[in-house]
Amino acid sequence: MMRKGTLKQILLLTDGCSNHGEDPIAMAALANEHGITVNVIGVVEESVIDQEAMKEIEGIAASGGGVSQVVYAHQLSQTVQMVTRKAMTQTLQGVVNQELKHILGKSASIEELPPEQRGEIIEVVDELGETVNLEILILVDTSASMGPKLETVKEALFDLSISLNSRIGNNEYALFIFPGKTSDVDKILDWTPKLESLSSVFPKLTIGGMTPTGPAIKAAIQYFSQKRSFRRMLIDDEYLDEQSM
Amino acid sequence: MMNISMNKACNVQLGTVIKGKWHQNSYKILKALGFGATGAVYLAESSSGLAALKLSENSMGVISEVNVLKRLAKVQGTSLGPYLIDVDDWHNHASGKVLPFYVMEYVKGEHLITFIKKKGTVWIDVLIIQLLSNLELLHQSGWVFGDLKPDNIIVTGPPPKIRCIDVGGTTIAGRSIKEFTEFFDRGYWELGTRKAEPAYDLFAVAMIMINAVFPKRFSKKGNGKEQLQQIIHSHPYLKERKHVLTKALFGSYSSASAMKKDLLHFPSAATQQKRAAVQTKKQSAASRSSKHKRKKKGGGVLETFVIVVFLAVLYSVYVFAYLL
Repeated sequence: MMRKGTLKQILLLTDGCSNHGEDPIAMAALANEHGITVNVIGVVEESVIDQEAMKEIEGIAASGGGVSQVVYAHQLSQTVQMVTRKAMTQTLQGVVNQELKHILGKSASIEELPPEQRGEIIEVVDELGETVNLEILILVDTSASMGPKLETVKEALFDLSISLNSRIGNNEYALFIFPGKTSDVDKILDWTPKLESLSSVFPKLTIGGMTPTGPAIKAAIQYFSQKRSFRRMLIDDEYLDEQSM
Repeated sequence: MMNISMNKACNVQLGTVIKGKWHQNSYKILKALGFGATGAVYLAESSSGLAALKLSENSMGVISEVNVLKRLAKVQGTSLGPYLIDVDDWHNHASGKVLPFYVMEYVKGEHLITFIKKKGTVWIDVLIIQLLSNLELLHQSGWVFGDLKPDNIIVTGPPPKIRCIDVGGTTIAGRSIKEFTEFFDRGYWELGTRKAEPAYDLFAVAMIMINAVFPKRFSKKGNGKEQLQQIIHSHPYLKERKHVLTKALFGSYSSASAMKKDLLHFPSAATQQKRAAVQTKKQSAASRSSKHKRKKKGGGVLETFVIVVFLAVLYSVYVFAYLL
């Protein structure tokens, strides 16, 4: 169970199939093992939805323990915040269910409880969703076809920060793009509680190249690990101080 | 795009009898009322009459909605949400699945916009004042309605009374709004946060008033504040209530009762505004006094006529008497 109460999520925004690097579905499974949920939003323009791309999008979210959704560009804002919320609730429900199993036994779950008692559990999940700290690493596909959609992506991400910043819990955002200028992935935004900073950054993004989705997820996992080890360093120091007292 | 499979599971045949696993109550499905993202709503016959039954595959969603209905029931004096009758699970023997469901009051009436279209804009004020009264009680209990929109507002009666169906967005004040519809969300219009507070609901109320005279919803284009101000100026009903609407849209009301007070005293509130405008604009003052003069002239002619007729009558009587 979370010690300090932090949910880690990768939000992947893409419009097509990956065509370079490791299998993104495998990378998403790896992320899940690290306690990171992978959510995917597929942004499409025309009514023709590439079946392969859809399969991959659903597959990444499924193995990443997250939520996926394919939408038209104009629905992006609502979808981004809905997917994020849904994934948070899903993760928290999973955690609460685990706790229930500890208390009530291996086969227990919310559905086994009488309806009257379920209400209280949901209140707990809702409160957790409100107060938990959230770290979201956003991965934006900047291959050629994503060019016209980037303005909508920027607005959707702004809107996401309006929603999440209204919560009681703290939020931290980071942004990577793939492909990068010289490598598969480029870091655009370091961990920051102010996602608004991307307004100055977005206009300068270069579009074009392949779609190395797998390497992007892999880089995201590494970035999360770096953050964790830095924090652990600080916590270890605190622990030593307490010991000496 | 997402929930076709969910709806399939919640798709039951008319005439099916749903029996609760825990409380053993039976409900006969009469007709479908609606399908949504979270499940299906049916008109059902219960042992105590007609009711609305919501069936869903998502037990968490059902529990949340039930919690909201229970909360609303505790707020004394409001009739905002449908009252809750039963919560249970249904073991569908055909599919083998266990689906959660809840039964609530069947609220029958017309959707707000349909009602206004039929009966006219004169009803908007009355119904909005009713809504504000209910919201005030809800806010005092520490909750915010969230996701307030005409699709969820039914007018029952006669006498016309506002009721809300689909109360899933209700949130504890101070928390964040999780469900919203862009047109009615002040965050979308960049006029506030998505923190649950009375002003959030009041923004939605103002947008409902705008939607009532502009049934076709529009999206934000550029500066949201300016766009909304232009919209208000473009329609007589809205322009008359500019004072109330702009205060609600820009978060100047701290309570629903303050907004209600302004709407109740709407003519005097509007006159106060006019007086202020006259003091600064000489032109409107001049046109007003000339209007006043014209009116006096009109009344003056009638008075003169009456006096003349009266004198004529008196003179005739005098002459007549003299002749006699």
